[in-house]
Amino acid sequence: MSNVPADLHYLKSHEWARLEADGTITIGISDHAQQALGDLVFVEAPEAGRRVKAGEACAVVESVKAASDVYSPFSGEVVAGNAALGGQPELINSDPYGAGWIMRIRPEDKAQFAAMLDAKAYEAALAAEIH
Amino acid sequence: MGLRTPLYDTHVAAGARVVDFGGWDMPVNYGSQIEEHHAVRRDAGMFDVSHMCVVDLRGPRVREFLRRLLANDVARLTQPGKALYSCMLREHGGVIDDLIVYFMNDEWFRMVVNAGTRDKDLEWIRAHAGGYQVAVEPRLDLAMIAVQGPNGRLKASGVIDPALAAGALELGAFFGLSADPWFVARTGYTGEDGWEIMLPVDKAPEYWQRFKAAGIAQCGLGARDTLRLEAGMNLYGNDMDETVSPLVSGLGWTLAWEPQDRDFIGRGALAVEKASGATHKLVGLLVEERAVLRSHQKVIVAAVGEGEVTSGTFSPTLERSIGLARVPAQTGERCEVEIRGRLISARVVRPPFVRNGKATIAL
Repeated sequence: MSNVPADLHYLKSHEWARLEADGTITIGISDHAQQALGDLVFVEAPEAGRRVKAGEACAVVESVKAASDVYSPFSGEVVAGNAALGGQPELINSDPYGAGWIMRIRPEDKAQFAAMLDAKAYEAALAAEIH
Repeated sequence: MGLRTPLYDTHVAAGARVVDFGGWDMPVNYGSQIEEHHAVRRDAGMFDVSHMCVVDLRGPRVREFLRRLLANDVARLTQPGKALYSCMLREHGGVIDDLIVYFMNDEWFRMVVNAGTRDKDLEWIRAHAGGYQVAVEPRLDLAMIAVQGPNGRLKASGVIDPALAAGALELGAFFGLSADPWFVARTGYTGEDGWEIMLPVDKAPEYWQRFKAAGIAQCGLGARDTLRLEAGMNLYGNDMDETVSPLVSGLGWTLAWEPQDRDFIGRGALAVEKASGATHKLVGLLVEERAVLRSHQKVIVAAVGEGEVTSGTFSPTLERSIGLARVPAQTGERCEVEIRGRLISARVVRPPFVRNGKATIAL
């Protein structure tokens, strides 16, 4: 079983997104994803200033088991990558929705955020994937 | 649904993440595999290895049979309980499996073979045993728990039968003690001290809980792999298989060439390969960059040629990636590995990387 906070949006590829008060969007990977990956050992978060397109791989999370690309749900500019993950990649395992955030993006078009899956839809997608 | 050991329900109840391993549903971790790894290096951890197959071989000619069947020489086993690590080869020198064989008495040897090769191994052993009138008995009535780590034997000794514990604590490395149906051997696959304990299948769940209560951490296959790779130990299917010989798999040391008249299966083909010089060797690799070695990555050796990573992982003890690779025999001290589209520099080292909790290579 995995934790799926009700107030976040999701992609089928297991990214989560949170709309912040300043209009930027924080992105990470879900509890399901961190469980599947196992202990994380390296994270490459994007640098501030980088422009990304929706669907573009812009971060890499590597666990003992495998490396996995993290996709931006929308087009925009990277405002920050989580520098703490350089020395403590395990934050993604212990706190995937909090201290384990991966990047913050200023979106070109907020409608792309609304188009993501809500918590219920992501849970349904997880259930379909498992069975 | 895969095959399941007697401890499957125990693992599920403990919250283990279960994966397929060679047709078996096995626990890969119970939480953090890195924490499980550290528990073995620093204290005590245990593994359910009941999927491996214990095979008893009995008969007046059993020793003669094994001297033909195995590439290492059981003539070296003269004290009861002494163990030997050996490869079992095809006529063409390819490796069927790697295994441990114990000398129990003059008419009884015990082998432990890998889970994924069990059926193939038994078919091969049976095909050759008939000629020596050796009875081949897989011990499906036994489970196996490997307790490993500097405090493993002491913690386990407080749990098992006191008489067995007293005898087992006297065991030297690579010796076993039989108290049928129990068997305790001072062997392991982690590079730490410990015991591999065989016990009746119906006792396994009870003893797993008692070992846990004694402070032995539950550890899964994820930790098992990082531990064995740090210890420089081969994994059948990755580091060798039927397409390669021990000579290109870092296992030349397991071949007993003397006495010259011992014609073990595969000897002829190995002799030819050895005479012309093995073209490849298995080496250790250490990566300093933030990248992880994995099986099948291409290895590039400047001015020499190419090779392949056979096993790779992240080493929790060394905090960097390590691996084993099959490379051209003339490979020197450095090479490059193609990892996710980039060429990453790697240092060639002689395994093991870690033993008894400490790095054995300069970092």
